[in-house]
Amino acid sequence: MIEMIDVWKTYPNGVMALNGIDVYIEKGEFVYVVGPSGAGKSTFIKCMYREEKPTKGSIIINGTNLAKVKERQIPKVRRKMGVIFQDFKLLPRLTVYENVAFALEVIEESPKVIRERVMEVLDLVKLKNKARMFPDELSGGEQQRVSIARSIVNRPPVVIADEPTGNLDPETAWEIMDIFKEINARGTTVVMATHNKEIVNTITKRVIAIEGGRIVRDEAKGDYGYED
Amino acid sequence: MKIRTFKRHFVEAFKSMGRNGWMSFASISAVTVTLLLVSVFLAILLNINFIASQIEDDVQIRAYIERTEKPESYDVYQKDLEKLDKVKSVKYQSKEEGLDELIESLGDEGEVFSSLKEENPLRDAFIIYTDKPQDTAVVAKEVEKFKFVNKVEYGKGTVEKLFKVTDAARNVGIFLVLGLVFTAMFLISNTIKLTIVTRRREIEIMKLVGATNGFIRWPFFIEGFALGVFGAFLPIIVIAVGYQAVFDIVNQKLGTVFIELLPVTPLIPQLALLMLLIGGVIGVWGSLTSVRKFLKI
Repeated sequence: MIEMIDVWKTYPNGVMALNGIDVYIEKGEFVYVVGPSGAGKSTFIKCMYREEKPTKGSIIINGTNLAKVKERQIPKVRRKMGVIFQDFKLLPRLTVYENVAFALEVIEESPKVIRERVMEVLDLVKLKNKARMFPDELSGGEQQRVSIARSIVNRPPVVIADEPTGNLDPETAWEIMDIFKEINARGTTVVMATHNKEIVNTITKRVIAIEGGRIVRDEAKGDYGYED
Repeated sequence: MKIRTFKRHFVEAFKSMGRNGWMSFASISAVTVTLLLVSVFLAILLNINFIASQIEDDVQIRAYIERTEKPESYDVYQKDLEKLDKVKSVKYQSKEEGLDELIESLGDEGEVFSSLKEENPLRDAFIIYTDKPQDTAVVAKEVEKFKFVNKVEYGKGTVEKLFKVTDAARNVGIFLVLGLVFTAMFLISNTIKLTIVTRRREIEIMKLVGATNGFIRWPFFIEGFALGVFGAFLPIIVIAVGYQAVFDIVNQKLGTVFIELLPVTPLIPQLALLMLLIGGVIGVWGSLTSVRKFLKI
């Protein structure tokens, strides 16, 4: 499903973010990526959705080697994965409905299918009644639910989340986690970078810890393992 | 691209224009102001050119024929003149016709000369028109060389001054219009750029969701075009109404004696088309160049 083989990433300013990452994530797994700030978590995640290109090594997702993908093919790769960000990254001038529909419009889906699927995922994240609102009329938790809806609306096999609860209060964070559990239960692979100790220790899943650009720990039913 | 996707881009472009109301308004206003200036100056320039051409076209060469020549040979002479380089046409004018023309041009005072009809002091003449009015002096010199020619008249000195004036008027006009078009290009494209720069984040997000560059570009392309074209509407109306008014005034007050302006059609339809074209092209150019910067993600 997801495989990284000897992945290195050095930024142009000389920062060595990843120093030889080897990892294999099975289809349907739920994986936390943890580690101190600046350890390479974000780069690890960014390489997965090809915002960053590794300096060396291969990243194979859904059978495609991201390190060899041409610039023009990147959109196609991204359509096979859902990406969720700490700052939601919603289109401010589009309504909730339009934001979610956008992911289907880019693959030129028919209006009928778009309607059905958008309503279906909005139902899943419990935002059907707010479909016509704009992002700035919603709470943080609601905005994150919109972005989750957008990430899964085209039914990608993988969902990648970069600190999805980072901007949310604890209670809202748990609601968001419920949605992720639901998505994972339906068979979607979930990779989530997080700083939330409580969540990692309560909803126990595989934990990959990154420090200094290397994987220092990889446990099937791990805990957060840091004190912050 | 599927047709419904194209429809989507269209709807999206107009939705975005509505939701970015003030920025759209600013862009359209910038287009309006500059195109208004461009169209007014263009109308003036074209008319200067038209009037200058009218004046220049009146320039002719009169070659008076020696009294000793026999009218039977005039046909041959006329052919000789027509064979000259840069000569457009040659017309024969007998001394009687010449006198009639003179009397007529002088109006009431011309009556005095009527008595001269018995003993006409004028000579038979050829009236020569050149291909380009600027060739007059050169052709006149050639004509002078013929033996049957007694004297050549073409308003020496005056003609040269006239051409200097008309050429200067044209050059200044072209310079002004070109300058304005360039200003328009920068003003319009900059305003449109501003509206897009504020949407930089949106473009980045679209890319992260898996939109291709083309998919992102299309609505911007349509939006830029529409902003430019909408901005051209008001200038077109103003120039159409304004020019009609000026045209009527000039025709009534000054009559046909003095100057004649370019007719409203085809000038106004042509100007309108040109304004739409300039607006649309600059709009598209402005939006596409600014989108391009943000697509590299």
